[in-house]
Amino acid sequence: MLILTCPHCGVTAEETEFHAGGEAHLKRYGPGSSDADFEDYMFNRVNPKGVHFERWRHVYGCGKWFHAARCTATLEVFGTYPAQTHQPPEALLDIIRQKRPGWSWRDFS
Amino acid sequence: MSTRLATGGRLLNRGAAYSFSFNGASFRGYEGDTLASALLANDQLLMGRSFKYHRPRGPVASGAEEPNALVGLGEGATFEPNQRATTTELFDGLKARSQNHWPSLDFDVGVVNNSLSRFLPAGFYYKTFIAPRPFWKHLYEPIIRHSAGLGAAPKDLDEDRYEHFYAFCDVLVIGGGIAGLTAALAAGEAGARVILMEQTSHWGGRTPVDGGTIGGVAAQAHIDALVSKLEALPNVTMRLRCMGSGVYDHGYALGYERLTDHAPRNIGPRHRLWRIRAARIVTATGAIERPLAFAGNDVPGVMLASALRDYVVNYAVSPGDRVVVVTNNDDAYRTALAVKAAGLTVPAIIDARPNGGGVLAAEAEAAGISVRKGMGIAKVEGGKRVTGAAICAQAGEGAVLETIPCDAIAMSGGWSPVVHLWSHCGGKLLWDDATAMFRPDPARPPLGADGQGYVLTAGSASGPMGLAEVLADAVEVGAQAVTGAGFTAAAGDVLPVDIAAESALEPVWMMPQGAEYKLRAKAWLDFQNDVKVSDVQLAAREGYESVEHTKRYTTLGMATDQGKLSNINGLAVLSQALNAPIPQVGTTTFRPPYTPISFGAIAGAARGDVFQPLRRTPIHEWLDSHGADWEPVGQWRRPFCFPKAGESRHAAVDREVKATRASLGLLDASTLGKILVKGPDAGRFMDMLYTNMMSTLKPGRCRYGLMCNENGFLMDDGVVVRLDEDTFLCHTTTGGAEHIHAHMEEWLQTEWWDWKVYTANVTEQYAQIAVVGPKARKLLEKLGGQGVSGEDFPFMTMKDLTLGGIAVRAFRISFSGELSYEIAVPASKGLALWEAIWDAGQEFGITPYGTEALHVLRAEKGFIMIGDETDGTVIPQDLGLHWAISKKKEDYIGKRAQARSFMDNPNRWSLVGLETVDGSVLPEGALAVAEGDNANGQRNTQGRVTSTYHSPTLGRGIAMGLVLHGPDRMGEVLDFADGKGGFIKAKIVDQVFFDKDGDKQNV
Repeated sequence: MLILTCPHCGVTAEETEFHAGGEAHLKRYGPGSSDADFEDYMFNRVNPKGVHFERWRHVYGCGKWFHAARCTATLEVFGTYPAQTHQPPEALLDIIRQKRPGWSWRDFS
Repeated sequence: MSTRLATGGRLLNRGAAYSFSFNGASFRGYEGDTLASALLANDQLLMGRSFKYHRPRGPVASGAEEPNALVGLGEGATFEPNQRATTTELFDGLKARSQNHWPSLDFDVGVVNNSLSRFLPAGFYYKTFIAPRPFWKHLYEPIIRHSAGLGAAPKDLDEDRYEHFYAFCDVLVIGGGIAGLTAALAAGEAGARVILMEQTSHWGGRTPVDGGTIGGVAAQAHIDALVSKLEALPNVTMRLRCMGSGVYDHGYALGYERLTDHAPRNIGPRHRLWRIRAARIVTATGAIERPLAFAGNDVPGVMLASALRDYVVNYAVSPGDRVVVVTNNDDAYRTALAVKAAGLTVPAIIDARPNGGGVLAAEAEAAGISVRKGMGIAKVEGGKRVTGAAICAQAGEGAVLETIPCDAIAMSGGWSPVVHLWSHCGGKLLWDDATAMFRPDPARPPLGADGQGYVLTAGSASGPMGLAEVLADAVEVGAQAVTGAGFTAAAGDVLPVDIAAESALEPVWMMPQGAEYKLRAKAWLDFQNDVKVSDVQLAAREGYESVEHTKRYTTLGMATDQGKLSNINGLAVLSQALNAPIPQVGTTTFRPPYTPISFGAIAGAARGDVFQPLRRTPIHEWLDSHGADWEPVGQWRRPFCFPKAGESRHAAVDREVKATRASLGLLDASTLGKILVKGPDAGRFMDMLYTNMMSTLKPGRCRYGLMCNENGFLMDDGVVVRLDEDTFLCHTTTGGAEHIHAHMEEWLQTEWWDWKVYTANVTEQYAQIAVVGPKARKLLEKLGGQGVSGEDFPFMTMKDLTLGGIAVRAFRISFSGELSYEIAVPASKGLALWEAIWDAGQEFGITPYGTEALHVLRAEKGFIMIGDETDGTVIPQDLGLHWAISKKKEDYIGKRAQARSFMDNPNRWSLVGLETVDGSVLPEGALAVAEGDNANGQRNTQGRVTSTYHSPTLGRGIAMGLVLHGPDRMGEVLDFADGKGGFIKAKIVDQVFFDKDGDKQNV
């Protein structure tokens, strides 16, 4: 059972207090988009062994959505940040670069 | 025979004698005994039968690793199967019975398997019970179920109580032996919050049994001093009878405390599950001795050397007058010396090492014990009890040189550290050739959220070693753990130790090393599951190269003991058979719990009424006292109907429907979801949430809306009310309130976070009462409602009213096709309003109705129900709801998905009404068959029933369903399978069965 820290309310809590919401930083494709773009957005997800960016909601707490950068192999949590952004904070990316040299995930590295 | 020695027994209190029963016979034992030691003291060596061959078995171990001595404990509401006699503390009045035999433990008919054992090889079940197929269900499965299985499931409800504890600490120490105590003291003295748990009823582990001095005092005295120091520290919590059950992500661990198993008359919960978060976890779980694989090593009387020593030293049990010791290491010599010291005879020590042992061997020889170097046991003599050991050269194939008469055999194949807890959460192992064991690799521990290792091993759990090394390791690991948890550790001093040094062991995986087939087929690796050396070798020949596959194929290491004794020997045999090194073959996965824990402990207090929260509306008690027949709807309870005395459910529903259509019905609609959406961008947001155009709704007006997920599928529906320019009230289904609110928040927070909108789930803040039927308006007028005429308060509008002196918000909406008002009040006023309506409605014959009447009323009108007409694969277009899908909007959640080719396909099944030709009611979910069969030989289908009821209004069965090209096939008759091999004919009709023009509703 993981421990995560909600970046909105600052509470560090057990996984059961949160709800996982799948891959982070998806770009929505709406009406008028191509079938391929929509399919990617709706169905295709990365499943990396290593650095991953996920959505979580502090569902039994403040109710806010946030993102977590995490290693799926070791379960190390690099950091969490509010979901109201299109990309992870630079300081967090620096931490990951330092801990996992040469990493990449989607458009980030 | 086995018996009680006149003196000794360090754990016994001979002042307290207990009586207990085993298979109905009465025995005597002492306080401090385990069930196993007490049975042995009474010459009851036979304690169980094995799983596959029903071979007679006695205890082979003295602790948690015991595979054989499993018993059923207690009776009736306290009965529990598969309890290890070796870990069951004796109490006065204990009742136990043996398992897995028929008709009796001593004479088991099933043992016939034994003579047929060559016909029951590895994978026997997979190979045999394949064809013919029908035999499986009617012949094979019943026979296997009857003859296999361990113990019997309890039949009565468990009468004991269980509880959960949540605890947080800096350092959790699992294991209260010398290493655990030492590490806990190092952590405790640094000021950290420490929890120390020990699975047995005493501190100190097996150090006092093995002897030696620490800091110049006897081991026991040193342990007593350690315990006193720990008890004096307020920051240290110590629990006996508490097993570290599992280690999980990020420092989470479970402890399983057995509070009253040893004293059932004590008040309080039986088991307690500790749910612990620790910054660091120290596993000081010790080591388990390995058996040796020689023919007949399962005959009762053959035990692990350490276990036999425990029985002699701890419980003053003589396992027999003559004990032969067989070993590949020095430690087993301690058993020979202990047996000798107890006044019993050791005819020989069989040491497989050509050069024998060191200091301890010399001590044994000085004591006059004959040591046979380079020898092994070819075969054990005896059936239900050891009568002799046939010895041979370890290097040979098993030619018997001599048979030594004896009553018991103590075997030792070396020690394996208990790495389970280290491994539960990903701690890696390395193979140590010198000591022939897998031990934790400190460089690859399980990692916490911060990327640091959070599990450390101390003492023998790091890899078996001498007492001096164990103490040094424990002091260092205790300091490491407490430093990792953020404290400053004091420099720990390691006390001097005096104990005999041990010389190296030599790995022995089979005895003798070249044993012929006949011997290998009687050399047990897994006692509980009857897996022999020959089975693992057969699996390897048949291509099972992975140890995980071999486990499933042979059942090696399965069931209640999970291979604590068998795994290393089994995989060593496998690696030899595969001609691959042991580390390459690897181990099977270690999973929690370490030993089985009770279901009661897992459930804790969450049983019966407190299993989950029950949600009640403000009107719940009234409904209950007026005959509500409840049904669960999510966590709510809603009345299904209100049957009168002697009335069937069906008759009650008919009566409620008719009364509502004829005069006045009353429904508690408080469970419906109510979500406020408010803000300058609320209209824009509502247009994205619903398929309809909601931003054009005028304040004070209502509109029925559909909500889809991004995949295009219909997920919820309900009436939206615009309360004012920037406020919408969204009604959802009863089951949908929470997840629809979550859906709104998800989109608001993660996609449109710059929109100025707030949402609030106010479902429980309001009671909502539906007043339904031709007399509904008269009732409102009678209660003082002003301006409720058809012109002043038209259909699909909202109005603030005062009814019976209570300020209410009324919505003129209808889910029944009748003149209908849903009246909302703050929850605190719900019951008062309901009672006012009830009293005023008496003259109209007001009738409370339940969910089933609600369903019938809506089905007669052809209204859809989320969960009936929808199942997560249905889009609004399938339901003919095109009118509720805005063509003007550029976007809404689900719009893009509904443009995909599969969604746009004219061959999707569409909603129609269905009318049985004979007036009967179609079965729920019935399929309409089409011509021909599919690839699986099943009939093709062309539709299915989604809702089906008896309509009291029409006096016949009515249904709705999804049918291929349904709306274009009006009047066509389809065949619906009745589930019993026959068919029911039903005609495709309009789904609105009653009052198509809405005359009743629009008055």
